[in-house]
Amino acid sequence: MADNFKKNKPGVADEAVPTTSIHIRRAIAYVVLVLVTLMCLFWFLILFINATRSNGELGRGFTLIPGGHLTENLNNLFHGTIPVVRGMINSLVIATLSAALCTYFSTMTAYAIQIYDFVGKKMVFTFILAIMMIPTQVTALGFVNLVSGMKMEDNFFPLIALSIASPAVFFYMKQYMESNLPGSLIEAARIDGAGEFRIFNTIALPLMRPAIAVQAIFTFVASWNNYFVPSLILHNDNMKTLPIQIAQLRAADWLKFDMGQVYAMIAFSIFPVIIVYLILSRNIVGGLTAGGVKE
Amino acid sequence: MEKTKKGNMARLNRWGLIFLIPFTIAFVVFQLVPLVNTVYNSFFENYRSGLKQVGPNFIGLENYVSLLTGGDLILYFLNTMILWVMCFIPQIALSLLLSAWFTNPSLRLRGQRFFKTVIYLPNLIMASAFAMLFFTLFADSGPINNMLMQMGLISEPYSFLTHIWSVRGLVAFMNCLMWFGNTTILLMAGMMGIPADMYEAASVDGASPTQIFFRITMPLLKPIFIYVMITSLIGGLQLFDVPQILTNGTGDPVRSSMTLIMYLNKHLYSKNFGMAGALSVMLLILTGILSLIVFRVSASDAVKKVR
Amino acid sequence: MRKKLVSIMIAGTMTAAMLAGCGGAAEAPAPAPAESAAPAAEAPAAETPAAETPAAEAAAPAGDEGKVLNVEVWNDEFINRVKDHYPGYEATSETAGKIGDVTVNWIITPTKDNAYQNNLDSVLPGNLDASADNKVDIFLVEADYALKYVDADVNVAMPLSDLGITDADLSKQYKYTKDVVTDATGALRGSSWQACSAGLIYNRAAAKEVLGSDDPAEVQKAVADWAAFNETAKKMADKGYKMTSTVNDTYRVYSNNVSAPWVQDDTIVIDDNIKKWVDDSKAMVDAKETTTADLWSDDWSKGFWEDGKVFCYFGPAWLINFSMHADDASSIAGKGGWGLVTGPQGFYWGGTWICAAQGTDNPTLVKDIILTMTTDDAVMEEIAVKDSDCVNNKEVLKKLASDTSFGNAILGGQNPYQMLADGAELVDMSNISIYDQGCNEEFQGAMKNYFAGNATYEEALDQFNKAVVEKYPELKTK
Repeated sequence: MADNFKKNKPGVADEAVPTTSIHIRRAIAYVVLVLVTLMCLFWFLILFINATRSNGELGRGFTLIPGGHLTENLNNLFHGTIPVVRGMINSLVIATLSAALCTYFSTMTAYAIQIYDFVGKKMVFTFILAIMMIPTQVTALGFVNLVSGMKMEDNFFPLIALSIASPAVFFYMKQYMESNLPGSLIEAARIDGAGEFRIFNTIALPLMRPAIAVQAIFTFVASWNNYFVPSLILHNDNMKTLPIQIAQLRAADWLKFDMGQVYAMIAFSIFPVIIVYLILSRNIVGGLTAGGVKE
Repeated sequence: MEKTKKGNMARLNRWGLIFLIPFTIAFVVFQLVPLVNTVYNSFFENYRSGLKQVGPNFIGLENYVSLLTGGDLILYFLNTMILWVMCFIPQIALSLLLSAWFTNPSLRLRGQRFFKTVIYLPNLIMASAFAMLFFTLFADSGPINNMLMQMGLISEPYSFLTHIWSVRGLVAFMNCLMWFGNTTILLMAGMMGIPADMYEAASVDGASPTQIFFRITMPLLKPIFIYVMITSLIGGLQLFDVPQILTNGTGDPVRSSMTLIMYLNKHLYSKNFGMAGALSVMLLILTGILSLIVFRVSASDAVKKVR
Repeated sequence: MRKKLVSIMIAGTMTAAMLAGCGGAAEAPAPAPAESAAPAAEAPAAETPAAETPAAEAAAPAGDEGKVLNVEVWNDEFINRVKDHYPGYEATSETAGKIGDVTVNWIITPTKDNAYQNNLDSVLPGNLDASADNKVDIFLVEADYALKYVDADVNVAMPLSDLGITDADLSKQYKYTKDVVTDATGALRGSSWQACSAGLIYNRAAAKEVLGSDDPAEVQKAVADWAAFNETAKKMADKGYKMTSTVNDTYRVYSNNVSAPWVQDDTIVIDDNIKKWVDDSKAMVDAKETTTADLWSDDWSKGFWEDGKVFCYFGPAWLINFSMHADDASSIAGKGGWGLVTGPQGFYWGGTWICAAQGTDNPTLVKDIILTMTTDDAVMEEIAVKDSDCVNNKEVLKKLASDTSFGNAILGGQNPYQMLADGAELVDMSNISIYDQGCNEEFQGAMKNYFAGNATYEEALDQFNKAVVEKYPELKTK
């Protein structure tokens, strides 16, 4: 299982290829990668530059020179009327639990389809794929009505529980299992007398780690940036998430409107998600160089 | 999987159903109920006027008829497909290229970890925050226009958001930027399932990197590649937030960037569940047909394997 | 995977989301009575000079009334007004407080993506049946959609007369602020403490250079009506100035002066004045006297600095005081380089109205809040001085207009109040309809295609009609 991983970056290959062509290819790759990297990081640069500028400076239009108002903006933000720290905790709780439940149960569902055989299995699979095609916007308003009908407003539960049924994550897990979860391993575990639930938790889950990390990141980020549905469910100030607070800040009354603060808040709200991403991406990026367990 | 002892297997297979329970419950409660409602509503006149509720009055297929005869649906579908192609082709090409480079052992790129980490970062920025930056950069008085004018390429500011193809281009660019990392990660995660010794063997046999990519990587990547194709097709048909934000919900100029979901959104705004329902059902059918085609074309039929 | 439950309507620029506030008034360095306005003292009555304010009553509402007051708002503007000016209000946190033994809950839902209205739509209709502590007691609205909530048929906002508020109580308010919240039967269902009448804010340097004088009386002559305005626009263009930053600057002026509502007999009608906006604007865009930029965009606000070369903006006092970057010494506002005149036609922009929710279990307290916050002379003056709101009170504005200490530094020392007070009398909002928000938004959006040369007028109109029917399916088009 996990200790079967081996490095996928062997140096054996290049002897067979003419070195000059490799050099050129490598040079091209580096040039493209550097360009792509600049393209990706540029936005963070201007976001953080904007966070250091005052409302007045921002009104003058864009510049690459940072202003000197970062501490002032952050100070205003933390001592303003919006409980941003609370918002961050709320966002963290919702996004973390959503990502955890979503990946765990989607893997479980995919496992059920991949490993077992039961009547109507194909139908179930096709059905879940069909669900995936439903535009999320379609059910959004119905969901909100449902939640208010159940008197579950100002409650994180519906937002988190919703993520248990994520057809697209399920589909990914299912596809991934096809090449990376050998049935023989499961068989072997059964012969050893392990229970089905235990096999899933101790054998299947670890093997799925890279896939889980990938989808955990995606789910976390999607939940972190989600505005529409939470804004209709969370009304209590202590329950609101960061995107709602950002919207609130942007709609602040004239007397207090401060674009510098808005950018400071956006920058502030990106930090945790970057950290979570860096932690989880170790699993993907590291895992990517490790070979799978194919028979 | 092979099936050995029949009775034992039947008992074990019950676990399959047990494992489906959480998904089923969450799905039925949070999605099926609203969904059935959607389909049901598509046969009714049902909307809000201010705070007044109109309907629901059963009107049969009238919603469908007025959608289809309106003539705009085709237009929005074409817009969606144009935007999707403009986003998707560069995105998948870039993603495949990057993931091939990253997984190509002979290239031995340094700093891979860094590059792999960086590509997904744009996705962490909220689309609305991203759009704020785009508005600033591409304003008439913004830095892009200033730069172009200083370089003498244009004599007066080019208004990016009032020209059809520049709006589409910006939508495609922003969408591609936000999602190519996502696609690359998916593809790489799929590639990690390919054992190193296969590459080694191929290299030893004198296969070129291109050959390795098409003969080894691609076939083994197929399940994930299908996943990427299908989800991005679905994502493409559901293209919404980037054009919505960049055009302020109008899809302008002259609705040339109005996608199907933006159109759906217009009906949802007025809580017109009748029209929105009908449009959703049609979208569902459309997506189903297109996905089926992708499944067929990509041969390795995921559904078949499930048996 | 694109798993995004995304937005309904967007405020990509910060635009629509920010129609929130309506401040106004002077640089007033006058010592604000803020500290004393939120008293910890148990005897709030002592702080309330106005005779008719039953402050003692507020602190001790009738025994059978609810113990929780829920207020629906979209930002903290009104929270701060109550905190600073309502006697007996005691803040327990940023979004909760106490008035006597009644707990006040502020429920904030941002306006972005229409979330605020969606929220009202879901809670108000069931408010009669909600449990006592969950009942909405007060909600706020903006002019653009006020009529939707003060409609007699949907009956979610209480007629003020049911609360015991009389016409005499509101006699100092401007008529247009009442028009906005009057239902079809003539019943008044809301009240505002702000009167955001507005005018033409001109660049004094440009006026001197092109018109030869920056004196308000002289400038007013050059923009007295649309014909004169268009003449001046040509002169400005000759000297390299844009007349306005964008066509959307003048839209409110035209649309506030229509002769009939947007919708008659369920049919959308383009008013002559709106059509005039289209024709005038198209001519100006073609002559490069203005642009098609969106309000609040960088291209719009560049005229706040000299190198932006824009002659005038249209706006109320709050725009002058809070949006023109007076805090930046290099801006025109920072140098006191703006002037204010009435302009071609009277109009207003902004404002927040207070409505009592039908079903409230705190009618006495709600009545007192509305009376204190929107009619009490002393409180009105306090708000005008401390928060620079242009208050909805003829007496107070008159007083401010004659007070030389209210000269506005941004306007080069000009005291804007007489002009604003006169302007508020001119505004006529009797032609509003519940469709105004959607119609105005969609019309400006659609016409941008015409101005930018992407569509003919007919095509743009067609797109407008389509968009309005999508928003309001019950409407017909011509």
